Amino acid sequence: MAPLCLIKKEGVEMGLFIQQIVNGIALGSIYALIALGYTMVYGIIRLINFAHGDIYMLGAFVGYFALTTYKLPFGVSLALAMLIPALLGMLIERVAYRPLRKAPSIAVLITAIGVSLLIENLAMLWFSPDPRPFPQIFPLRPLELSGIRVSIPQVIVFITAVILMMALNFLVQKTKVGKAMRAVSQDKEAASLMGIDINRIISLTFALGSALAGAAGVMVGVIYPRIQPLMGVMPGLKAFVAAVLGGIGSIPGAMLGGLIMGLTESLVTALISSTWRDAIAFSLLIVILLVKPTGILGKSMREKV
Amino acid sequence: MLEIKNLHVYYGQIHALKGVSFVVRKGEIVTLIGGNGAGKTTTLKTISGLIPLKEGEILYQGESITGVKAHDLVSQGLVQVPEGRHVFPSMSVQENLDLGAYTRKDKKAVKEDLDKVFHLFPRLKERRQQLAGTLSGGEQQMLAMARALMSSPKLLLLDEPSMGLAPLLVREIFNIVTEINSTGVTILLVEQNANMALSIANRGYVIETGRVVLEGEAASLAANEAVKKAYLGG
Ligand SMILES: Nc1ncnc2c1ncn2[C@@H]1O[C@H](COP(=O)(O)OP(=O)(O)O)[C@@H](O)[C@H]1O
Ligand SMILES: [Mg+2]
Repeated sequence: MAPLCLIKKEGVEMGLFIQQIVNGIALGSIYALIALGYTMVYGIIRLINFAHGDIYMLGAFVGYFALTTYKLPFGVSLALAMLIPALLGMLIERVAYRPLRKAPSIAVLITAIGVSLLIENLAMLWFSPDPRPFPQIFPLRPLELSGIRVSIPQVIVFITAVILMMALNFLVQKTKVGKAMRAVSQDKEAASLMGIDINRIISLTFALGSALAGAAGVMVGVIYPRIQPLMGVMPGLKAFVAAVLGGIGSIPGAMLGGLIMGLTESLVTALISSTWRDAIAFSLLIVILLVKPTGILGKSMREKV
Repeated sequence: MLEIKNLHVYYGQIHALKGVSFVVRKGEIVTLIGGNGAGKTTTLKTISGLIPLKEGEILYQGESITGVKAHDLVSQGLVQVPEGRHVFPSMSVQENLDLGAYTRKDKKAVKEDLDKVFHLFPRLKERRQQLAGTLSGGEQQMLAMARALMSSPKLLLLDEPSMGLAPLLVREIFNIVTEINSTGVTILLVEQNANMALSIANRGYVIETGRVVLEGEAASLAANEAVKKAYLGG
């Protein structure tokens, strides 16, 4: 009798485990979308844009107002929640970072933190610090697949994230402007000698990264329906960790890092305790960086001269 | 084609160019020779708009291009192959060549130029899909030149194309420079390898610590005692 009992127990735990993997993938695809912006901006101008988490927050609010106040369809709301953050990202780059392109990195870092605080405080002023319920557009009824429950919002989030990442990958790998982005990230001076307007490409990189963060803001509203002006702080930090984990500057690295981050968080919460969630997630960063300082998919700094 | 008048350039406090003047006429190969740190690279970068100038004027095809941005000069046919090749290491040979044609919209002419470039550098054709960073030094130099040709240059600035290459390869590169020139591309060639440079150039300028100290027909420079002593190994 005893062995049978054990098997049953294992079955339950296995189910829970797989359930947490599903949750982790949904969460991870949100981290991945945010991490992409960090990694793209870092790849092109070696800057950690600390305001990036706040751009994600803005995306959530644009989505919120589009869906509630203006009653726009989900697709249109999502597009707006990408477009407006994209414009804000370009504006931040133009006003705050571009004048400091040749400044010492500490000055740029302080500016980035300043921009982040500015956006957070303006958001608290305009949107009020109170949390708001994000409208439930998709039925919460879960789909049962052989014991594993996948909620429709989770599916929507995952599919949207995958489509956006595939689109980004196509843009970067196959289009002319994508080639220009890679050229600028590899060698700015040589890129200008090709006739590439470097400032335009940097601006575009901010726009793309911010658009993906804006989309992530809407995605998070779809799964965890509560938004507030400081909601970008922790996910921003975690997505940054994800980007470093995957290898900062590497686009596939950001996707992988985001997924690892989401899975770790979700598994630790379920199997250990939610108190340990962040501690373990950040320890993971330290361990991976000790083993591979450039991140999982990061290139070694040595380049052939 | 190109007229440089009294060029002064600074790096912070360092006065790198102290009144450089010279001309390059259409169809010529003109060489700028001088030792390490003389200011050759600075001159080319200033012409290409990568470094701002403090004083002086640059005329290209009769018009002032002083202050014009680097990326706007490429579509006007002012193209540079920088010192140290600067190919895009994590991109394929083909992608590097595509970037050379970045400003061009005439797809058909670009395709024709690609064929011409592969004819000139058959080794690149074999290695189209290889990452540029994994090419040998000589192949990278060829790629850098091929990439510049994809920009459809009228005036090609070459910064030390022979640097770090084996003698046989240097000969090959210089033959190709002559061949490019014969297709109507004007060439400004910067070299420390004065011997080779003067052997293919029409005229030359000798630059020392930011100043042009000598100029003349390539043959007469090659015969000049001072030049022989300083740059031609006796
Ligand atoms: N980025 C820089 N910052 C400061 N000084 C520089 C820089 N680049 C070149 N120089 C200085 O300017 C002078 C000319 O350099 P360069 O034009 O590179 O010479 P060349 O190409 O003839 O070897 C040298 O004294 C060099 O040290
Ligand atoms: Mg030089």
